[in-house]
Amino acid sequence: MNSTHLCDIQHHRCVSTAQRLAALCFLGIIHVAHAAEIAPADTIPPTVSRKLPGDSVYQLSVPLVDQAAREFSLDRFRGKPLLVTMFYSHCPFVCPRIVESLKKTEAALPIAVRNKVPVLMVSFDIARDDPTALKALAVERHIDTNVWTLARSDAAHTRKLAAILGIQYRELGGGDFNHTSVLLLLDRDGRIVGKTFEIGGIDPAFVKLVAKTTARD
Amino acid sequence: MDAADCPTRTGRRFQLSLLLAGLVLVQVWITASAAAADYVPIAASMFSSVMANDAAINTNVGLTQVAAFSIRQTPVTNGEYLAFAKRHRTWLRDKVPRVFADRGYLARWSTATTLGEDAGPNQPVTNVSWFAAQAFCESENARLPTWLEWELVAAADAQVKDARADPAWRAGILKWYSQSSAGALPNVGGPTNAYGVRNMHGLIWEWVDDFNALLVSSDSRKQGDPDKLQFCGAGAISLKDRDNYAVLMRIALLSSLSAIDSTRNLGFRCVRPLANTTFTEASK
Repeated sequence: MNSTHLCDIQHHRCVSTAQRLAALCFLGIIHVAHAAEIAPADTIPPTVSRKLPGDSVYQLSVPLVDQAAREFSLDRFRGKPLLVTMFYSHCPFVCPRIVESLKKTEAALPIAVRNKVPVLMVSFDIARDDPTALKALAVERHIDTNVWTLARSDAAHTRKLAAILGIQYRELGGGDFNHTSVLLLLDRDGRIVGKTFEIGGIDPAFVKLVAKTTARD
Repeated sequence: MDAADCPTRTGRRFQLSLLLAGLVLVQVWITASAAAADYVPIAASMFSSVMANDAAINTNVGLTQVAAFSIRQTPVTNGEYLAFAKRHRTWLRDKVPRVFADRGYLARWSTATTLGEDAGPNQPVTNVSWFAAQAFCESENARLPTWLEWELVAAADAQVKDARADPAWRAGILKWYSQSSAGALPNVGGPTNAYGVRNMHGLIWEWVDDFNALLVSSDSRKQGDPDKLQFCGAGAISLKDRDNYAVLMRIALLSSLSAIDSTRNLGFRCVRPLANTTFTEASK
């Protein structure tokens, strides 16, 4: 892409802005297609990748915004195992326990991998869980945002993400949601390798699985 | 930088005209595919859903606002779905990622790109996952109907928009549920209901956008059960019209599905939101 930009800058006097934009646009398409052919497997965006397993959650493209208002895509986590769950920050009872479960799971891991498994929590509450609310939750719950990401998407993608993770949720009015509370473990390619419904406490089998998957991947 | 890396002005013009020609083609194609399906407008309504305590704002006791939308007059057919899958090849049977559709996906078709004897072009497409149905709807600037939207239109019989209290309406639907699903499906079409929409009952089961929001089985069975911790706000959902088996069976089926499931009698139609007007109660 660099050569395209340089080239364009050097020639900017002899082409109109519209022409430049059109040419850039066109060249961009070529470059994207070209990049998809030659890029090594671990940098291919999942939407165009053939190598991504068919049962990978990363087959689904999900735009997200985190607690620092940074935009990213779900597949950013590809390459490492990931703990993922869905929640909403105004939940009075279960959601604090989801956070506790995740913390306990992390604390129970072998020292070598402890606090190194990324955690992603995606909100159902797209209306209220903006980056400010997510940030506030991170502070309130003493969440280390170097390892954890709190995020939200838009309505359609939230529904799709829940569907692909096997999570049911329903908005009840008054800002509450009825939802499945589950922690899922994805492997480095985004395959769901385990889950636990043990919320509040700790699920030893799940901890073992996280440790094993992290050591392997 | 090497001058050979840079396109010449002629080259740029050529690329520009290629780009413009491409854009025109895409525009023509979009217009053609959008014109293909008939959508029937449904005015904004106040509706009494069998699902109590709904997320939509309840301004009158027991009534839920449903914003205006338009809905496909008939379910999506095999012919329409084949045309879609050929344009978006990731949705062909032999290409679809397993995370989006199970092994039964499009199982009635004879090959990945031919329909065959068990799947006529005008029969409703079935054996499609929720992800596949969503992708089809998105391809015509639409989405799956929400449960509420589907329930609203499905409440009508040929004469009235809300026939749910009519024993004949209930009996007709229950009779269809009891029939065997082994044979070939009829073509889409037939008589319209009071909204001008066809095949809401008696042909196939249909996906809805929020199929994974219905939660009915988990909730009504697990009250007081330790498993209820799975659900935030558990117990908050209840059913208002427990006698309406014709509708409740739909909810039971939908809430038992996962998004990659496909069954021989499960198809879909799509809706598009419309600008809101005033909400009026569906007449009985």
